[in-house]
Amino acid sequence: MKSEYAVEFHDIVKIFPTPEGGQVNAVDHVSININHGEFFSMLGPSGCGKTTSLRLMAGFEWPTSGEVVIDGEKMGRRPPFLRPVNTVFQNYALFQHMTVFQNVAFGLEMEKVTNQEINRRVNEALEMVKLPGMGKRKPKQLSGGQQQRIALARALVKRPEVLLLDEPLGALDLKLRKEMQLELKALQEQVGITFIYVTHDQEEALTMSNRIAVMSKGKALQIGSSVEIYERPNCRFVADFIGETNFLTGTVKEVDKDRVCVLLTVPKQELYGIGFGDLHPGQTVAVSIRPEKVHLEDDNGTQVEDRTGEDNQLKGRVAATAYIGSDTRVIIDLGDNIRMKVWEQNAISTLDPEAYYSTGDAVRIIIPYENTLVLPEDIA
Amino acid sequence: MSEKKPSLWIRIYSFFVYGFIYAPILILIIFSFNTQKLNIHWEGFTLHWYNVLFADKQIFLATRNTLMIALISTIVATIIGTLAALAMHRYRFPLYNASETVMYIPIVIPEVVMGISLLVFFVMIKTTLGLTTITLSHIAFNIPFVALVVRARLHGYDKAIDEAAMDLGANEFTTFRRITLPTIMPGVLSGAMLALTLSLDDYVITYFTAGPGSTTLPLRVFSMVKTAVTPEINALSTLWVMIIFILLVIGQIAQRRRV
Amino acid sequence: MISEQAGEPPKAKFSITRLLRENSTAQGFLLISPANLYLFVLVVLPLIIVTILSFLSRGAYGGVEFRFNLTNYARLFDPLYGKVMLFSLGVGLGTTLICLLVGYPLAYFLAHAPGKQRSLLLFLILLPFWTNFVIRIYAWMIILRSGGLLDSLLQWLHLTQAPLNLLYSPTAVMIGMVYEFLPFMVLPLYTSLEKIENSLLEAAADLGAPPWKAFLRVTLPLSVPGMIAGTILTFIPAMGMFVVPDILGGAKTILIGNVIRNQFLTARDWPFGAAASMILMLLTMVLTLYYTRKAGFGEELLV
Repeated sequence: MKSEYAVEFHDIVKIFPTPEGGQVNAVDHVSININHGEFFSMLGPSGCGKTTSLRLMAGFEWPTSGEVVIDGEKMGRRPPFLRPVNTVFQNYALFQHMTVFQNVAFGLEMEKVTNQEINRRVNEALEMVKLPGMGKRKPKQLSGGQQQRIALARALVKRPEVLLLDEPLGALDLKLRKEMQLELKALQEQVGITFIYVTHDQEEALTMSNRIAVMSKGKALQIGSSVEIYERPNCRFVADFIGETNFLTGTVKEVDKDRVCVLLTVPKQELYGIGFGDLHPGQTVAVSIRPEKVHLEDDNGTQVEDRTGEDNQLKGRVAATAYIGSDTRVIIDLGDNIRMKVWEQNAISTLDPEAYYSTGDAVRIIIPYENTLVLPEDIA
Repeated sequence: MSEKKPSLWIRIYSFFVYGFIYAPILILIIFSFNTQKLNIHWEGFTLHWYNVLFADKQIFLATRNTLMIALISTIVATIIGTLAALAMHRYRFPLYNASETVMYIPIVIPEVVMGISLLVFFVMIKTTLGLTTITLSHIAFNIPFVALVVRARLHGYDKAIDEAAMDLGANEFTTFRRITLPTIMPGVLSGAMLALTLSLDDYVITYFTAGPGSTTLPLRVFSMVKTAVTPEINALSTLWVMIIFILLVIGQIAQRRRV
Repeated sequence: MISEQAGEPPKAKFSITRLLRENSTAQGFLLISPANLYLFVLVVLPLIIVTILSFLSRGAYGGVEFRFNLTNYARLFDPLYGKVMLFSLGVGLGTTLICLLVGYPLAYFLAHAPGKQRSLLLFLILLPFWTNFVIRIYAWMIILRSGGLLDSLLQWLHLTQAPLNLLYSPTAVMIGMVYEFLPFMVLPLYTSLEKIENSLLEAAADLGAPPWKAFLRVTLPLSVPGMIAGTILTFIPAMGMFVVPDILGGAKTILIGNVIRNQFLTARDWPFGAAASMILMLLTMVLTLYYTRKAGFGEELLV
């Protein structure tokens, strides 16, 4: 380990020509530093640039401008076979005309490793992915999950410094996917190398990663740990993409360091929340309130108290409820067709119907100040 | 697909059409064993004509030529055609459309026209017509067919396996040799088979580019047919049909085996 | 791992490799160059020469006079050769039509055959066509000869009294052409018919159409792509045929193909032959362009 970071993007731009004759910035001025031994995910909807970024690391594409640095070395226009990284492909890309053993051994053959050593390491790799003895089979005789593991073994057997994974679990069914997520994570911790993982499934990214880069339209909007991304999204897109949230539109009234007063459009009311980015009075913002971070109270008709600095309050009527078991999902009508989702945890076990909200009830939503995030509409 | 059984009339009709298709060949075969020379009525069973055939030096020469030309032209055309197919499938380069058009010309133009144009060309550059010119011509019409077949088989080629090979440390040549080529091999072999068949069977283009001294089997058969009708031709035809039939059956069995 | 100065990408040993690697356009161009070069020299160039040749005249001693004129083309339209051209067109159209009529029911039969039988039946149709085509025409020659098999058969059945003299007539040529081109018509038709889903015919029946009407209004129109493909695959080669007329047609039956052949090998009027070739080519190109514009090139047909 001679360098500070495993992989670095220095202001990378990648432009592709479009079939119509124009251009598109698949990667738009992205700079990332990935630490050694980290499980780093690139997350975003399709077309956001995450796969292109991965391919730039692997060497299947070269940047239009900017520098890709791996373990302290600038990659420039180095082809993939000269880079110390290996890739696990989305559709596995196993060599159909070779046996499983030959597939896994291929990379070692390229390194001119002795036959004895190849034997040992291939078997070791197969054991590591829990498929010992599959050596003689052909890829098409294996199930999807097994093929995925062989693809993994084939890459890992070369002991790369960085492993790139391009949505490797996408083709698997739900149950298998969840199992594999845990296995991959365990594997990464066991082997200790850097994993760079591309996915569009935010749950997957949150579960497995040390840090996540949320991407959209070629830009890395936010890079941080799962907690940071979820609890403190820095813009509307990130807050929307990760988990579930409510958005209320409004304009900034007053800014006092990171404490912001927002005048909501509907309902016409002031809220106090934590601000992100450079907010100034008059700016249109989206207030993000996660449904599990509020609680409901019966509205007994008293005035909304001025609870400065602590909790915000909104009044409304229950429009619909759904009892999930662990919690109740309540939709509240705030008036003027604005609705809010609230998830009340069913903390007390009771059959008393009074304990559950029903349609038409007048309620107050109590929103603590720290749970009210004032976000700019989108990072430009 | 449709499960409805076609009407009886259609089935009877089809039976007769099959008869129409097979009758000439069966007649050829039967009469190759006929003692009578004229192919009109049956007189007696004999292998005489086969003896004549095997003793015929010209036929022997013609067969040898045909095989040689077919082999050489197939190998060359397959290599050139496969490279061209790969180029058209994966890359965009200047003159792409022009190249594609040129590739299709030999397939689309009437054989006569291609034949005479080659004749004119060879005479103009003062080349003697002979086996070499025939071979060069065969390569010319084989390249597009090989390219067409290989290109059709390239549809759905998963580029990712080439990338995976490079990712694992193989450079471009090793990737081509170890991954690409083995994967497209069935298509390449198909193309080669087609080229071989076209070359073995070719009459028209060979006719124009052969010149006085050289002859191939189709040419020889044609001249025999024009000069005199002898059951020797029947014998030759029968053998030819038999060999083709055996090869086809072997081909089918080999295919079944692989699957 | 290639070792190099820290921070510098490695310099490739040969700049050609590096150039190719980084430039995929160059790679593609290089791969297609052998084909391009070969075909240019042996196909494009000769065709250009022939085109030029068609505008020249035959010299006094068999050579070529370099005087551009259109006499060759004019000659092609005079009564003598004009008749040949019309005749060729007629034969081409006739062959195509007969193949269509004869082949359609067969294609229908194949399309509706149960799966297992179907591949066998297809194989059986193709099998004879793996033999050399001169041989097949020879077979017809001995069948159609005066006093030959067909005559003997018909006389034995008391259908005719005297030999029919079928050989060396346009009829014989037609029989030979139809025999040759039948599979080229049947296979595309089969492909087209095979794609028609049974549910369409069931829907037609459900809506009150008797079988013949369902055929006319549903099956037939849907099989048109196959008919077009088959027509192109039959008509174009038929126009350029000279072997069949040569063997089965004798001196009386002459098509464009024969004219071309004669000019180049017997009469030695190359410019005139070139002009005839150009006309043939033109017809072919026009038809092919029409088809490719309509339905894309039939690569599937070949596979």
